[in-house]
Amino acid sequence: MAPLVETRGLAHSRDGREVMRIGDWQLAAGAHALVLGPSGSGKSTFINIVTGLLTPSAGSVAVAGAPMSTLAPAARDALRRRTIGLVFQTLRLIPALSITQNLLLAQRLATGAGDAGAVRAMIDRVGLGHRADARPRQLSQGEGQRAAIARALIGRPQLVVADEPTSALDDANAARMIDLMFEVAGATGATLLVATHDGRIADRFANRLMLAAPGLAAA
Amino acid sequence: MTMLGLTIAYLRDRALNTALNIILLALGVASLVILLLFSSQLEDRFTRDAEGIDMVVGAKGSPLQLILSAVYHVDIPTGNVPLEAVGMIRRQPGVAAAIPLALGDSFRSFRIVGTEPEYLDLHGARLADGRMFAAPMEAVIGADVAATTGAGLGQRFVGGHGLAGGDEGPEHEETPFIVTGRLARTGTVIDRLILTRVDSVWRVHGIEAPHEEHEDHVGHEDHDEHADEAAHAAPAEVTAVLVRYGSAIAAVRLPGLINRQTNMQAAVPAVEVSRLLALVGVGLDAVRAFAVLLMVTAGLSIFVALLSALKEREGDMAMLRVIGASRGAIIGQVLGEGLLLAAAGAALGLALGHGVIALAAGQFDQLRALGLSAARFHPGEAWIVATALGIGLVAALIPALRVLRSDIADTLANTR
Repeated sequence: MAPLVETRGLAHSRDGREVMRIGDWQLAAGAHALVLGPSGSGKSTFINIVTGLLTPSAGSVAVAGAPMSTLAPAARDALRRRTIGLVFQTLRLIPALSITQNLLLAQRLATGAGDAGAVRAMIDRVGLGHRADARPRQLSQGEGQRAAIARALIGRPQLVVADEPTSALDDANAARMIDLMFEVAGATGATLLVATHDGRIADRFANRLMLAAPGLAAA
Repeated sequence: MTMLGLTIAYLRDRALNTALNIILLALGVASLVILLLFSSQLEDRFTRDAEGIDMVVGAKGSPLQLILSAVYHVDIPTGNVPLEAVGMIRRQPGVAAAIPLALGDSFRSFRIVGTEPEYLDLHGARLADGRMFAAPMEAVIGADVAATTGAGLGQRFVGGHGLAGGDEGPEHEETPFIVTGRLARTGTVIDRLILTRVDSVWRVHGIEAPHEEHEDHVGHEDHDEHADEAAHAAPAEVTAVLVRYGSAIAAVRLPGLINRQTNMQAAVPAVEVSRLLALVGVGLDAVRAFAVLLMVTAGLSIFVALLSALKEREGDMAMLRVIGASRGAIIGQVLGEGLLLAAAGAALGLALGHGVIALAAGQFDQLRALGLSAARFHPGEAWIVATALGIGLVAALIPALRVLRSDIADTLANTR
């Protein structure tokens, strides 16, 4: 199967200092991978490069066969919009909107259309049916994480990228979070790429990319 | 949910701030709208009412007062002039028409004006029904008079002494008027007048008409019954004479002649109205400057509000970019926020401005008499709205341009 994410000689330097080195690496479509490393090891830098938010100083990354790192900004935005859903540690739900509205907006931006039925189904799937009209600040941390996952997946992206999704959660909630991501990504056929320094979830992923400070990569 | 929906959600999320900005802008817009409507309608009305009247001759005093009382019927007259003045003016070369006015009484705040049928031509008035007054004590009423009093043809009414409300002096119960005609609406001062023959006014006040005119009158026997000793002593006078020139020579010669060689004064409506509007204009300019200041303050307030809101929302903006919003869409969202605030302020300001005009016209007889109407829109209001929208747009522009300079990855790393 063709890789959904493929890096070639990928590295990044900041102020003349290398902050991340991945080299050549692939993630097959439908697979689940973990990028593991301590703070400062370049996990977020890698995530930003894969999602097209940052241009690498060396090497390249391709997503769904498209050269993400060399595309023009507008084409990069379009590729990200079509193929990637993002989950952050800080949930970054829009506080002025309800959970339903957050999902509807994300869906419209990703697909150009709004489907209230699909949004309702996704909210039910992550177990937030009773909180659909709540604002983000009215949710618990766990509920917020589920809402963020639902938003990342509502546009049916091929790739779901999560940056430190469990760092702020206790053990039970961290385990539930990973279960949920596996379940929802599995149901939609999405590929999962999770970056974390949280060792508690490492054994849940067979495919691991280990990063060590100050940025040396190990498969 | 669209970007417009998001914009509305942001505005609702900080409802108090949004309301304050809208109110601030609305006050500026309303002030300018009130000024515009007031000054334009006043000027319009002044121009229309004075159309066809080149000069007014009356008793010595304030020329502005003479114009206000004889042309616009909003002030008390400067006094009376002898009836012979009418004939003297008519004999002057270059005079096309000289129409006498006799004032002094009113009925339910509507002035009773003794005049001649030609007065209707000055205002382009025509009868809606009935016929023109022909005999003493016959009256033709304006459209507002008919609508307010409900007076119909053949109905009798008694005038009261005084011009304001007809209740300043005794009622002339022994000399009732009879309505013989009702005028179609003209949108001029004539709508609010009760017109009758000059000698009707004399008769009400017990003044005997001069012999040569008396012979023309119908029903002079009645008049003789009412005239008393004192009345016989009073000379026949008119309050003012409205003059229309037939040639330019009269315009050059006549005012000077009257002002220098008679004990009357000649006043030119165009000159006095310009003077009045210039006087009022100074006050209006001061209020206008205040209104502009209000609008600029509203613009600054919107600018500060959007700038601080965007600072709080930097993370939101970055996230929106991540989930697919283009830079253009986000800039549009911010500009849209400024525009929506401005549009709401402008709409509220327009409503408020017209509301205040309606309230003022309802409360003050003088303003109603000047034809102030909240139902009329002025093209200048479009410019006021456009200015308000421009202020909203400019206020949002600098915050919106910050989006262009922001780096998504940095913002996501540095905000929560």
